[in-house]
Amino acid sequence: MSERVPYWRIFAALLMRDVTVARREIGYFLVRTTLQPLLFVLIFGLIMPRMGIVGRAYTTTMLPGILALSLALSAVQAVSLPMVQEFGWTKEIEDRLLAPIANQLVAVEKIVAGAMQGIVASIFVLPIARLIMGPIPGLTFRNVGMLMIMTILSGLAFSAIGLFIGTAIAPQQIGLMFSVIIAPMIMFGCTYYPWRGLDAVPVMKWLVLIDPLVYVSEGLRSALTPAVPHMPEPAIIAALLALAALFTYLGLRSFMKRAMS
Amino acid sequence: MIRASMSAIQTRGLRKVYDPPPTRRGAQKLPPVVAVDSLDLEIGDGEFFGLLGPNGAGKTTTIGILTTRVWATSGEAFVAGISVNADPAGVRRRIGVVPQRPNPDRSLSAFENLVFHATYFGITAAQARRRAGELLERLGLAEKKDAKVDQLSGGQQQRLMIGRALSHDPQVLFLDEPTVGLDPQARLALWDILRDLHRQGRTIVMTTHYMEEADQLCDRLGIVDHGKLLALDTPQQLKIQAPGDTIVEVTFDAPAEALVSEASRVEGTTKAEARGNDLCVYSGRGGETIPLLIAIGEGHGMSVRDIHLSRPSLETLFISLTGRKLE
Repeated sequence: MSERVPYWRIFAALLMRDVTVARREIGYFLVRTTLQPLLFVLIFGLIMPRMGIVGRAYTTTMLPGILALSLALSAVQAVSLPMVQEFGWTKEIEDRLLAPIANQLVAVEKIVAGAMQGIVASIFVLPIARLIMGPIPGLTFRNVGMLMIMTILSGLAFSAIGLFIGTAIAPQQIGLMFSVIIAPMIMFGCTYYPWRGLDAVPVMKWLVLIDPLVYVSEGLRSALTPAVPHMPEPAIIAALLALAALFTYLGLRSFMKRAMS
Repeated sequence: MIRASMSAIQTRGLRKVYDPPPTRRGAQKLPPVVAVDSLDLEIGDGEFFGLLGPNGAGKTTTIGILTTRVWATSGEAFVAGISVNADPAGVRRRIGVVPQRPNPDRSLSAFENLVFHATYFGITAAQARRRAGELLERLGLAEKKDAKVDQLSGGQQQRLMIGRALSHDPQVLFLDEPTVGLDPQARLALWDILRDLHRQGRTIVMTTHYMEEADQLCDRLGIVDHGKLLALDTPQQLKIQAPGDTIVEVTFDAPAEALVSEASRVEGTTKAEARGNDLCVYSGRGGETIPLLIAIGEGHGMSVRDIHLSRPSLETLFISLTGRKLE
């Protein structure tokens, strides 16, 4: 093989590999990444409303948050866990680093594949959550364009975060990362409450802005339940773009450090 | 595209210096590690070339630079006439790499490993599948086609790596210590495969620290240590250059330094040196000198722990060049 091959074809082949592997492991993957959000739906979306502890309208607030959580967790894990393994003991990644393409594009492909998996996870959770919670007041699918922008940007941002985590953090610290970074991120990520609800706690309202998950939750809220007060769309989109760009940059940098010596 | 002459591989003043590993604060800073030191190498098209050296000699780093996985600190390297710095993707298109430790894609079967790897080089899926089938057949892995790579033995995984390296029909094949950890039977099977590939006219560059392997397979050998090329020739020529003497190595129970001057006066000795407790004597009289050397030691109140004789070979050449053994 000595003729030059267009980069997009190599990129497509790399993506095809990840799609093949992801499709094979999809059951395991979905259980791993969506069980927690779905259990939350069960407790807060079905059981507690029946007890009368939370109002029925809470489901409206919660649904976009749950989808955001599924999307973000899936996208992060879809990239970070394989990266830790493939750059670690098994060195499997070398198979792809030998592809006749800039190594950075191998990393970019990982981001794209991770974003796709995040979106698949949220699409999987949506009907189940709807089924458990029953009719959700104010839920609409009319803002298709906004919904697509929000999910794609969120998927890319969190997948890039996954790339950074997976290549920059030592394998021994991955467990620690989930308890120290991911757990607080979920709690402060406006998943279980709307950002505007934090008007009641002004300090928190500004502090949580460092949490990337806030923008995913608010983005899906703006697209799916626009009647619930939410952060303005342009701010959300700008934040997601900035996060995607920042973590793509950081992720590529640490990927290249691992790829070449 | 920068083109050099039509040799398969050419390096000029190639050098790689690694930063020292980080030390604790306050501790003395370690010096940088020179892995490859001003390496000039030229390997012809179709040649089976071996880089021979002990662990840590810089072989793997050299292969790393040539296969675009390691940045050279300075100097130039060309593979198939293409600069590894200027066009790494162009180099990757023309090379196949068999790593030191098999690193198959564990999420895929043996067959899929070959198919996907080929598609990374722009080969169509249908073509890749056909070629993967042929390669598995040729490498004796046909019945393991759908096996997960974890189910393959070490030798089978190594053969799969060769199949992967060949899946896009590269001009130059790199193998880094391909037979380390293989049982003797698997090693011989691998040698046959490599001889076959060489007969087909492919350029092969292999690193090894096994003398016999280098001697049996390679057209030409470069002996490296501490990142430097110490000798470069055909195995036959190198063996002729080996000191005509047998190396007699006597291990005492105390440092042998005190014995060197007496030992060098023993008849037939061309050179005597101490390496720790070992007394090394290069001698034209071979085993005959052993009793004399033992007597010298005993005269100094030392007793013998071990004796080793090495006849003139690549190994004795290597020892005389580097002062250390390969294995």
